[in-house]
Amino acid sequence: MNYFRKYYYGDYGDKEAPTGGDTGKAAANEWPLWEVFIRSKQGLDHKHVGSLHAADAQMAVENARDVYTRRMEGVSIWVVESKYIHASNPDEAESFYEPAEDKVYRHPTFYDLPDEVNHM
Amino acid sequence: MPVQNFESHFQEKIDADVRIEPKDWMPEKYRQTLIRQISQHAHSEIVGMLPEGNWISRAPSLKRKQILIAKVQDEAGHGLYLYSAAETLGISRDEMIGQLHSGKAKYSSIFNYPTLTWADMGAIGWLVDGAAIMNQVPLCRTSYGPYSRAMIRVCKEESFHQRQGFESLLVLSRGTPEQRAMVQDAIDRWWWPSLMMFGPHDSESLHSEQSMKWKIKRFSNDELRQRFVDMIAEQVKLLGMTLPDPDLKWNEERSHYDFGKINWEEFWNVVSGNGPCNKQRLDARKKAWDDGAWVREAAKAHAEKRAARNKQQAA
Amino acid sequence: MNKELFIYTLHLADNALILAQRNSEWTGHGPVLEQDIAITNIALDLLGQARNYYQHAAALYNSLSDHDKNSLEGSLPRPWKSFHRELQEDDLAFLRDEHQYRNLLLTELPKGDWAFTVLRQFFFSAFQHLFYQELLQSSDPQLAAIAEKSSKEVAYHLRWSSEWVVRLGDGTEESHRRMQEALADLWMFTGEFFTAAGYEQAAATEGFGVDVLLLREAWLKKVEAVFAEATLEPPKQSWSQSGGKSGQHTEHLGYLLAEMQYLQRVYPNTTW
Repeated sequence: MNYFRKYYYGDYGDKEAPTGGDTGKAAANEWPLWEVFIRSKQGLDHKHVGSLHAADAQMAVENARDVYTRRMEGVSIWVVESKYIHASNPDEAESFYEPAEDKVYRHPTFYDLPDEVNHM
Repeated sequence: MPVQNFESHFQEKIDADVRIEPKDWMPEKYRQTLIRQISQHAHSEIVGMLPEGNWISRAPSLKRKQILIAKVQDEAGHGLYLYSAAETLGISRDEMIGQLHSGKAKYSSIFNYPTLTWADMGAIGWLVDGAAIMNQVPLCRTSYGPYSRAMIRVCKEESFHQRQGFESLLVLSRGTPEQRAMVQDAIDRWWWPSLMMFGPHDSESLHSEQSMKWKIKRFSNDELRQRFVDMIAEQVKLLGMTLPDPDLKWNEERSHYDFGKINWEEFWNVVSGNGPCNKQRLDARKKAWDDGAWVREAAKAHAEKRAARNKQQAA
Repeated sequence: MNKELFIYTLHLADNALILAQRNSEWTGHGPVLEQDIAITNIALDLLGQARNYYQHAAALYNSLSDHDKNSLEGSLPRPWKSFHRELQEDDLAFLRDEHQYRNLLLTELPKGDWAFTVLRQFFFSAFQHLFYQELLQSSDPQLAAIAEKSSKEVAYHLRWSSEWVVRLGDGTEESHRRMQEALADLWMFTGEFFTAAGYEQAAATEGFGVDVLLLREAWLKKVEAVFAEATLEPPKQSWSQSGGKSGQHTEHLGYLLAEMQYLQRVYPNTTW
């Protein structure tokens, strides 16, 4: 059954027994894990850049500023506690993503137009 | 699907250079190997802050002080990126730190050598970070997604480290006789330990073969070490210094530099705890951690209090 | 230009440098990685401020007439006098003696525990924050420019340190106790913010500097607001230590400088 264990972002400790160590020391006092998203400049989407630990949301934003924008990488920061991320399951990747493969009619290149038609 | 099919499907993905992501199926051994490798790497960054941190208070100019502080701070950042990558594999940072402190987890032995003069800051940047980059650049394409993304970030920042190291040595090498002597002495002390950073010979490397197959590792120890020697043997000329190896010479036939025998006895001794600073480094890490316990606890307690208050207000 | 501007600029530089030196002692030894990085950022900001001031001071000095230069004799680094070249930022930082340093005593105290460090930073940042708002109006354009750049950094330092004061004050029993201890140790060094040295009075009168006395009330208000949230009481005691601004320091500064200046002292006039 071991082979079917799944490990999620931030999904350790409280929901599953921690693995990979014989230290036996549970991370009882560890600050929660947060995912960090940064907008690198106005007009662009926030992009996931990594994670960090912080005691609360305010500290998480500040830590993100100190850790992930030291070289002017961002103009805006989002943080979300990792345990609140809901993700699709890779086991369902086929049913999730493959049905889109044959829907070529959703793409503009599917339509042949005479050369005279510009800007379309 | 039987387990064998999972395994072969997994290997197919690796062979096709498709990255493995945290929620994907992976062999337990792959996960364990990654945790070991990534956490060792993270520990090396964190312990690696200490030998250089040793000179922050004594940096000889305000500019050098700024550069050194920023560099040591980057190493904290690198440790953080790497711990985060390992955390996606189902281990917590605190657990990893516990393994470091208990001696279960290793870190790069190079940091068990002392930094004795200011020139050591340059030598570490040039040789130690230079060797590290050799190892790290290929890891930007390693098979595990979070690890490879962390390494891309690390490598981007790391290139400043090697450059500042070399530049700092260049300034010293054009300075007074005392400064030049300082540079040569630093090179003499850091050269062999830097070569050891690439690990044992391929024939004796414990984890190499499987790691290559999984693309956790992309070049062999000896291959990378040779590249490093070829690069440094040329750069040292620009400093007007020499490398402490009488056997170092260009081999026309191989199109590589030949170099002398590494003292593996020293290597294994330092790995197993007999380096000049093993105890000092680990003690410093443990002290920082233990002294910080009440701080971490207090921040957590405060966050919980505040959350409870907010809840009450909302109710 | 007058000699007070030079001395005043050095005073501002020394404050920033000495506190940067103290804060950078945390680099590699912080209570958690994220905060190791945060306190190091503050050290780097302060170091950057110090460099701006020292460069300004050196340029001011180099542009003086011989007569004015002579009048500053006592504030110059002794070893530099034999170099026979213009004054540079590093000469000021690395070659002046202890009694020539004009930083606040508060900045030179040993880093202590995390409670001591964040509380000191809070006191200092709360002061600097108000100070820079005023220095923006300086008649010296370079000081005004440094104030503008630095005030953004300091706004963040103030936010960061206030939050830590609240967190530790209202955290666990232990953290509260440690904050009280830090407060007892630090409080008597805060009066020096508002005790103007001679060159500060001249600076305020002539318009290139700030009348620190006027900042006191706003500073106290800020402290009280944060303390209220942190469940801390400002001590009643009003006796305060001072002297740093005129070169009379605690025993700690000598050691700090001995360590910081050692290479420049051993190898004078050398490029690094």
